[in-house]
Amino acid sequence: MHASARPAVSVNFTPPVTNASSREPAAALSMRMNIHKVNFYYGTKQTLFDISLGIANSKVTALIGPSGCGKSTLLRTLNRMHETVRHARLEGEILLDNKNILAQDVTALRRRVGMVFQRPNPFPKSIFENVAYGLRINGTKLAMADAVEKSLRHAALWDEVKDHLHKSAYELSGGQQQRLCIARALAVEPEVLLLDEPCSALDPISTAKIEELLVSLKDLCTIAIVTHNMQQAARVSDFTAFLLMGQLIEFSPTPHLFTTPSDPRTEAYITGRFG
Amino acid sequence: MASTITTVPNAGAPIAGSRRSFWSRLRDGDEIARLITFLFAASVVFVTLLLIFELWRGSALPRHKFGFHFLTTQVWDPILDQFGALPFIYGTLVTSGLALLLAVPLGIGAAIFLAELAPARVSDTLQFFIDLLAAVPSVIYGLLGFLALIPLMRDYIQPALKKTLGFLPFFTGPMYGLGFLTAGIVLAIMVIPYIISVSREVLLSVPRDQREAALALGSTRWESTWKVVVPFARTGIMGSIFLALARALGETMAVTMVIGNVVTISPSLFSPGYSIAAVIANEFTEATGDLYLQALVELGLVLFFLTFILNGLARLLIVATSQRGSGMGHT
Amino acid sequence: MSGRLRWRKFISNFMLTMTGLCAFVAVSVLFLILGYLVYNGGTSISWNFFTKLPAPVGETGGGMANAIIGSGKLLLVATLFGVPIGFFGAIYLAEFSGSKTAFVVRYAADLLNGVPSIVIGIFAYSLVVLPFKHFSTMAGGFALGMMMIPITLRSTEEFLLAVPRALREGAMALGASKWKTIATVIVPAAYRGILTAILLAFARVAGETAPLLFTSFGNRYWSHGWSEPTSSLPVMIFTYAISPYEDWHRQAWAAGLVLLALILVVNIIARAILARGIAVPRT
Repeated sequence: MHASARPAVSVNFTPPVTNASSREPAAALSMRMNIHKVNFYYGTKQTLFDISLGIANSKVTALIGPSGCGKSTLLRTLNRMHETVRHARLEGEILLDNKNILAQDVTALRRRVGMVFQRPNPFPKSIFENVAYGLRINGTKLAMADAVEKSLRHAALWDEVKDHLHKSAYELSGGQQQRLCIARALAVEPEVLLLDEPCSALDPISTAKIEELLVSLKDLCTIAIVTHNMQQAARVSDFTAFLLMGQLIEFSPTPHLFTTPSDPRTEAYITGRFG
Repeated sequence: MASTITTVPNAGAPIAGSRRSFWSRLRDGDEIARLITFLFAASVVFVTLLLIFELWRGSALPRHKFGFHFLTTQVWDPILDQFGALPFIYGTLVTSGLALLLAVPLGIGAAIFLAELAPARVSDTLQFFIDLLAAVPSVIYGLLGFLALIPLMRDYIQPALKKTLGFLPFFTGPMYGLGFLTAGIVLAIMVIPYIISVSREVLLSVPRDQREAALALGSTRWESTWKVVVPFARTGIMGSIFLALARALGETMAVTMVIGNVVTISPSLFSPGYSIAAVIANEFTEATGDLYLQALVELGLVLFFLTFILNGLARLLIVATSQRGSGMGHT
Repeated sequence: MSGRLRWRKFISNFMLTMTGLCAFVAVSVLFLILGYLVYNGGTSISWNFFTKLPAPVGETGGGMANAIIGSGKLLLVATLFGVPIGFFGAIYLAEFSGSKTAFVVRYAADLLNGVPSIVIGIFAYSLVVLPFKHFSTMAGGFALGMMMIPITLRSTEEFLLAVPRALREGAMALGASKWKTIATVIVPAAYRGILTAILLAFARVAGETAPLLFTSFGNRYWSHGWSEPTSSLPVMIFTYAISPYEDWHRQAWAAGLVLLALILVVNIIARAILARGIAVPRT
């Protein structure tokens, strides 16, 4: 399969694809995170096979594939959330800014790599306290109110809640709750934001709002998103990785993958022949 | 000419819409079964209502004589026919309150360990032992309290407390080993299993993604447990505390064997005292005269009301948590 | 790692260790109790204990034979009174009743369950002792039976409701009437849970003392029939423990050991039966 062993911070982007002709010319892209020969096991069952790919800095990378292909599993290794499951085992290396995250302190890592979950899961606290939670435990240089406002603005939620900050988070609609969860994650200023099918529980309008939001967040942090909605991946992401049955089939810039996929299985998936 | 005749089978099943006579329905086995089982079920309701009625009727004399003053009078003098519940209410509340003070931190701590930290099999095994602890009868606690704990209190614990905290009014006075503190300790041990069982269940029912969200923000395990999971389950945990309190209030044997059984109100925890259940247990068979006996029944009525309210509240709180767990948020 | 993070991790490890300590303390109480009873009571369990009547005050060598038999009789009455009400009442709730009646019955059962046992004793006194003007086994058994009702009722109902629809429908499709279906299909399917419920209720009331204090009261001799006051293990433990006699203390420890052993064994058997049976979804 592929190319880059431990890339240095700034490399020519070389997607690990079967077909070499899809190489990106020129533009030097830096990899914020690198996944290197990762194999993943639940007990004795292996669910990820020899995955290697890079998450480009300040870009949106999408992971797509049919149910059960391992995309969520892969995403969750990026902030070591797989360790909350008892029989999960990871082999390989995952680098954040060229340092192996598996060798670092997990609590410190998770501040740098944040996560938004499939179903909105705000805490049973007020809107303000939800966003402030991460700030309170990690400490913040800004005044709490300013920091909270900043995050809510980044999540495009400030105007809707600014007069109701002390109401319970559960009084918000589903789409608002999810944006609150994004604000909560952004509050600790992560370098990478992971989103695991963030819109699958939401209506189309909320989905559109969040997609808009994601594109605007690229300047703030690197984004990796798992989605079962191909059109969403096509709309929102810069790079797309297609997984099937735990294997990385194709990984290339989004326009390329969706118009001229290199692998026949990719083509079959995106044209809807299975999924 | 062959024609197919269809006969409607008449198997005795009631034709829709028809009203059969009571007797014909009765011949049907199902109706009898329904009636019999109904009578049994109804007897549960009947017996419960009868209990309340008997308590009410059986306390008529003192209720008419003292009215609500019964609850506020300190004097309990059978000879002068003066009966007041205050010393017993005091003793009941002090010992139960003390029990909660000791049992709640310990119980919630243990529940957190069982729900959040221990692997499933360890958690289940430990819970099994906790369930066995809940099955230990009151009189056994009393036995241990009387023959083992009281000497311990008298010879070691009470003197130690007096030496270190003797400037507080709670730890003054003669040390007999029995009294409010000892009863509180015994009660604490008795109610811990209830707090643990219910709190553990409630904590286990908190949705996974709450904990995960906290961890994903860079919380330590303790922070995610204490600042997110436990608050999420707080109403259920409150419910477990109310349940434990209701249990403690009604406890009879263990309390009467270690509290000293003296009618008195005292701020000192070393002082002997009395609880509602204890005085009923001790004096019921010795009560001379209707007023005396009925005063004890009225105490039983008071106890009944207290536990009734607490149990009702407890159930509401526990149900409330489970509902919040399932359908979160409005859209 | 920053100093703040180091502190937070320290607190995390510390507090989590503390919770483990809490769990350890809670569980070890059980073993402490058992240990105390075995140590103090083990040596006093003798043939005398099981076969002799109590000796006159101050004399040694007596036993608790009448208390053991007395407890047996009380529990028999309690079971005969409480279990059928709970069992058949549960059948009504699970199979026949509408939701409003079911709510009322369940509410009454929960209410009854929460009544302190001493208050149950008062009730039994006014209902069974007063009219007949003497303490009796019947009165004590009635009080204990009252306490068995709610446990039996709620648990049996839960297990009956857990029997899969498919089983019921299968029987009825074969033409079985409702009561036949209940008797031959549903109850047998739920028998493990029902048995467990009865055993747990039994274990619960076997140790109860307070309601017996003024119903069955006590008896230094054999109690004949069902309308005499009778001795019982829990009451004997109480009486002997608070007495000033060493010999009686020793007997109290022995009785405590026997009683607790009985209760724990019944509990463990009950749970073992359940564990082997159909898994019931927890509500």
